[in-house]
Amino acid sequence: MRPFTYERATSPADASAKAASIPGARFIAGGTNLLDLMKLQIETPAHLIDVNGLGLDKIEETPDGGLRVGALVRNTDLAADMRVRRHYAVLSRALVAGASGQLRNVATTAGNLLQRTRCPYFYDPNQPCNKRQPGSGCSAIGGVSRQLGVVGTSEACIATHPSDMAVAMRVLDATVETVRPGGATRAIPIAELHRLPGDTPHVETSLERGELITAVTLPKPVGGAQLYHKVRDRASYAFALVSVAAIVQPDGTGRVALGGVAPKPWRVEAAEAHMKQGAKAVTAGLLADARPTDDNRFKVRLAERTLAAVLAEARG
Amino acid sequence: MKFDTPAAANPIDQLKVVGKATDRIDGPLKTTGTAPYAYERHDVVANQAHGFILGSAIAKGRISRMDIAAAKVAPGVIAVVTAENAGTLGKGKWNTAALLGGPEIQHYHQAVALVVAETFEQARDAAGLIKVDYQAEAGAYDLAAARNGATVAKGEPDSTVGDFNGAYTAAPVQLDATYTTPDQGHAMMEPHATIAAWNGDKLTLWTANQMINWGVKDVSQTLNIPEENIRLISPYIGGGFGGKLFVRSDALMAALGAKVAGRPVKVALTRPLMFNNTTHRPATIQRIRIGATREGRITAIGHESWSGDLPGGKPETAVQQTRLLYAGANRLTAMRLAVLDLPEGNAMRAPGEAPGLMALEVAMDEMAEKLGMDPIQFRILNDTQEDPEKPGRPYSQRQLTECLRQGAERFGWAKRDPKPASVREGRWLVGMGMAAGFRNNLVTKSAARVRLDGQGMVTVETDMTDIGTGTYTIIAQTAAETMGVPLDKVAVRLGDSNFPVSCGSGGQWGANNSTAGVYAACMKLRQSVARKLGFNAAEPHFADGHVSSGGHTVPLAQAAKDGDLVAEDQIEYGDLDKKYQQSTFAGHFVEVAVDSATGEIRLRRMLAVCAAGRILNPKSARSQVIGAMTMGAGAALMEELAVDKRRGFFVNHDLAGYEVPVHADIPHQEVVFLDEVDPISSPMKAKGVGELGICGVGAAVANAVYNATGVRVRDYPVTLDKVLDHLPEMT
Amino acid sequence: MRNHGNADVSRRGLLLGAAASAALTATPRHGQAMPADADVPSAPHPGPVPIMNPVMNRVSLTVNGAAQTLEMDTRTTLLDALREHLRLTGTKKGCDHGQCGACTVIVDGRRINSCLTLAVMHEGGSVTTVEGLGTPAKLHPMQAAFVKHDGYQCGYCTPGQICSAVAVLDEIKAGIPSHVTASLTDAPQATNAEMRERMSGNVCRCGAYSNILEAMTEVAGQKMADQQNGRDPA
Ligand SMILES: Cc1cc2nc3c(=O)[nH]c(=O)nc-3n(C[C@H](O)[C@H](O)[C@H](O)COP(=O)(O)OP(=O)(O)OC[C@H]3O[C@@H](n4cnc5c(N)ncnc54)[C@H](O)[C@@H]3O)c2cc1C
Ligand code: SF4
Ligand code: FES
Ligand code: FES
Repeated sequence: MRPFTYERATSPADASAKAASIPGARFIAGGTNLLDLMKLQIETPAHLIDVNGLGLDKIEETPDGGLRVGALVRNTDLAADMRVRRHYAVLSRALVAGASGQLRNVATTAGNLLQRTRCPYFYDPNQPCNKRQPGSGCSAIGGVSRQLGVVGTSEACIATHPSDMAVAMRVLDATVETVRPGGATRAIPIAELHRLPGDTPHVETSLERGELITAVTLPKPVGGAQLYHKVRDRASYAFALVSVAAIVQPDGTGRVALGGVAPKPWRVEAAEAHMKQGAKAVTAGLLADARPTDDNRFKVRLAERTLAAVLAEARG
Repeated sequence: MKFDTPAAANPIDQLKVVGKATDRIDGPLKTTGTAPYAYERHDVVANQAHGFILGSAIAKGRISRMDIAAAKVAPGVIAVVTAENAGTLGKGKWNTAALLGGPEIQHYHQAVALVVAETFEQARDAAGLIKVDYQAEAGAYDLAAARNGATVAKGEPDSTVGDFNGAYTAAPVQLDATYTTPDQGHAMMEPHATIAAWNGDKLTLWTANQMINWGVKDVSQTLNIPEENIRLISPYIGGGFGGKLFVRSDALMAALGAKVAGRPVKVALTRPLMFNNTTHRPATIQRIRIGATREGRITAIGHESWSGDLPGGKPETAVQQTRLLYAGANRLTAMRLAVLDLPEGNAMRAPGEAPGLMALEVAMDEMAEKLGMDPIQFRILNDTQEDPEKPGRPYSQRQLTECLRQGAERFGWAKRDPKPASVREGRWLVGMGMAAGFRNNLVTKSAARVRLDGQGMVTVETDMTDIGTGTYTIIAQTAAETMGVPLDKVAVRLGDSNFPVSCGSGGQWGANNSTAGVYAACMKLRQSVARKLGFNAAEPHFADGHVSSGGHTVPLAQAAKDGDLVAEDQIEYGDLDKKYQQSTFAGHFVEVAVDSATGEIRLRRMLAVCAAGRILNPKSARSQVIGAMTMGAGAALMEELAVDKRRGFFVNHDLAGYEVPVHADIPHQEVVFLDEVDPISSPMKAKGVGELGICGVGAAVANAVYNATGVRVRDYPVTLDKVLDHLPEMT
Repeated sequence: MRNHGNADVSRRGLLLGAAASAALTATPRHGQAMPADADVPSAPHPGPVPIMNPVMNRVSLTVNGAAQTLEMDTRTTLLDALREHLRLTGTKKGCDHGQCGACTVIVDGRRINSCLTLAVMHEGGSVTTVEGLGTPAKLHPMQAAFVKHDGYQCGYCTPGQICSAVAVLDEIKAGIPSHVTASLTDAPQATNAEMRERMSGNVCRCGAYSNILEAMTEVAGQKMADQQNGRDPA
């Protein structure tokens, strides 16, 4: 870990402005991902801006009947909020499927969205990795890739986005609210927050330098059966091999997003037109462009079967 | 004390303290965070600096240039140690690769430098400033590819009895199957750690080491200094499982760092370094052939195993148990060792038997199915009461059949449907599996010193270690029983090379031998006490803190009223272990549920029925068994050090990547110990139990998965991707 | 006065000469990837790594009821502040990366991994470690239950398990749902499945899980009995 200066931000605009102007500045929220990576010198910020004291830890109802979740709301608190449990059950379920109790007590909404991949080569600074060091190559391709992505990947990077929460937010059509260095705010649909790797896998989001996430807004509840099914070898405290977030309406229509398979929460709206035909048809649409490795080919079948189980459960 | 004839009745048989379920005497310290582990000894020496190890970035080759200039001038840095300034180093007897690499690199993350700084943060940062240029060389990293070039390992010849090939070919029912087990990591929770301090030419290491005396010898050989100048102190060890049998780079680098820095240095391996820097259980490829009559009698049994290691290394002895476990007139076992440039392979909990039984006991299940027999019946039919390679050499005790029968009864084995994939509960496919457990009992000499003081306190000192095994408590029980005092009148001091040399902790030999050594010393102390009290007639009786003889009773403490009485002795063994085969046995039973959609495998119930001689402390012995069952479940279901076959290293080198079981994976575990005393093993009549629990359990899990799904997975770990394609169609 | 270190470390830092990187060079590749910077896809260069002075910072917090003020490198984790600076070594370092739970402490009423948080982030915070729960002479009920049920072997994961176990029972009482809670809208109960799932962030390689569960069950039962009798469950 390189030395860094540290300050507590006084307001979101102040935080954003400083983050843009101080070289090497980064926000720290829970710190559970950033510090992990700093210890390995995968992240080397020169200045940390602590955003914990900004009062962004509230969950409020929006005028149109949705919920506005502060960027600093802890994963535990978001999962335990009775409004979320009642009306956005898929989100509660996804949250409690992630990490451990200790980590969820600290991990924040924004931090969880922006956590970086768990690709083992990314985590080993001796190994070439385009995401960590652009242009150095991708060790995972042709290497150990059981955990890695099957769709949305590129020749440059096949890493997945590891968040569970983000998959639920994607299926809920959440919007990410930010403040930019000039003080202007914007709303980014969750679908547009994460970027596919293409040939710049180190560019992971559409946020600008210094842009601070202040909240995530959930539109008004859509009802339906809301399920999150996370598949893993170990029964707990493990990242998803595949996860399925689904909202299934009584008439059989609905929405589906996958985790553990792609560089971002994976949803293909067009595929949802086949919901009534069942898992095979939906998965065919979702994973039409899948390009798995020999190690992770099973994820395609696994996704289909998991979705089938989820749909069966939704039918009751 | 020489032990060369079977034990007669002795003071241990009173079982007033020994054999009773006893809370650990170190429990209050461990549960309050006051038991001090190696890296935490702020109390022992002042002015400790922090060391941080840099590991090699390549698996094989040479360092062509190393630039430590920046690190040396970085804030807080006191010294940088590399092969260039470390002086001439030897290599310990128990190490295969050098602990400090350079210029030659033998494996990934081999230590190449240590940075010593005022703080941990500074040392870690400065380590990142070191620039190393490597000349990488091609290496061999793929066991399957290296298999054909594998050779017979030194001292590990093939064993043959009768005519295996002929009998196998002639057998009406045959099984020929190949199994693989992956590389596995010890992943003990306490990282390897050492504080080193020099006082002139004397070196003290507060370290985490299972085998104090081996450690002293290997430090001596590596640093080229006399053994008497070295002191190793290791009173608490946060798990070892074989990973701390040997001196590792933390100890060596701390010692070198302290020398160069001129002050004490402490070093802990970081978790991401541990998996490639230290040792691991090597992967195996195992071919098993069994031939049997239609009635199920084994006529031929063959087990061949391939494993790899660095040059000069050893094979994983996965065929061991097959030489002993089942009857059969025609036998073959063979091991082949390939040279691999992966990190050093070495002992991990039940080396040999653990992976060996993962294969053999699945083969037995497969064979039973071919024969149309119940797998328990098949095993019982092929039970033997003598060493099948040496007819006439009996087992000291062998209650395998009883373990299996009792286990079947308790587990409700009769309810198992032998037809695979026939029990379904909602989403879950449910199955039961069993396997025999087998682990040898090893006897080896062990010494202790006991002191009686004027308060009647008995203090035991031995360099024996407690790695979670409950050694403090069983040693206290042994001394209390022998000296006739309550448990709270015994103090136990362990893990210091100033104490008499014990057997150490490994190979499940610790409990039986170390307590036997303590027993020997106590018997000698009893003689001193008797002499001191003038009881020279008949053997006096020691009980309730008193000594009585001929109607005369005096407090034990009185014997030390003029000064402490001290006795030292050791247990030494004759050839009983040659005359008799000494082993421990278990029946493992497992119920699993497999998600019919995703193939996720979850354990529902586990039972082990064990026959392992006298159980000294049923409470901690049971813990040893459930812990080993847990590790075995991990081996069966998730543990695999994934090899990058191009670059030659274990890729998933942390605890997020290398998954070991968590709470949610482990159901209630039941353990039954059969009533057994084994007078052939030692005066304690005990045997080891710490590794028996892992032996066979993995196969029981795999067999249960087969029973649940009909999918026979022969390549461990049994993960969902290997059963997925064979699960029922989904609607 | 909080930041009395360098305001801009990288500018003051001493740049070192270029490092060799031949075809077979495998120097550590320390990235400075900026994931959140679409407009600055800066390719970090291997080579010159600046030497930088540590930044010192003062933090005041309460540990096991005692006020503490520490002057520390900003890089110091809460775990190292406890173990190295306050010499409270009961809290263990098993992985330093949030992967094992050995470092679990209770901060402001919640269990967290002290290895993945900076000490400076806990200004004014209140920390309870295993030493703050009980002492060998006066064990906390959970500590006593661990001894009774042999809920440990080597003891290294144990302080973390105990801190977690204490907090888990509170979390269930507070109605926080878990992955195995059947109904999200009902209050969770201290069932075996609930406790196992919630304890899964505490790895025990010795495999004492089955016994830890028994220790927790006993304490949970005791707590329930106390509540029913109207006593305060300490
Ligand atoms: C062992 C382990 C297991 C885990 N398992 C899972 C799992 O199964 N599922 C899962 O989903 N996650 C898992 N996680 C990841 C965990 O959920 C994340 O580490 C956590 O959510 C990150 O949140 P944080 O607040 O701690 O982020 P931080 O580490 O503080 O920040 C992460 C990133 O976000 C940036 N950032 C933070 N806040 C803001 C903001 N307001 N605006 C802009 N940028 C910001 C930071 O600069 C940093 O780059 C696991 C983590 C560990 C260590
Ligand atoms: S998959 Fe992506 S993160 Fe992993 S090594 Fe390749 S480039 Fe790096
Ligand atoms: S040391 Fe913090 S989780 Fe392992
Ligand atoms: S008691 Fe050893 S790791 Fe849990």
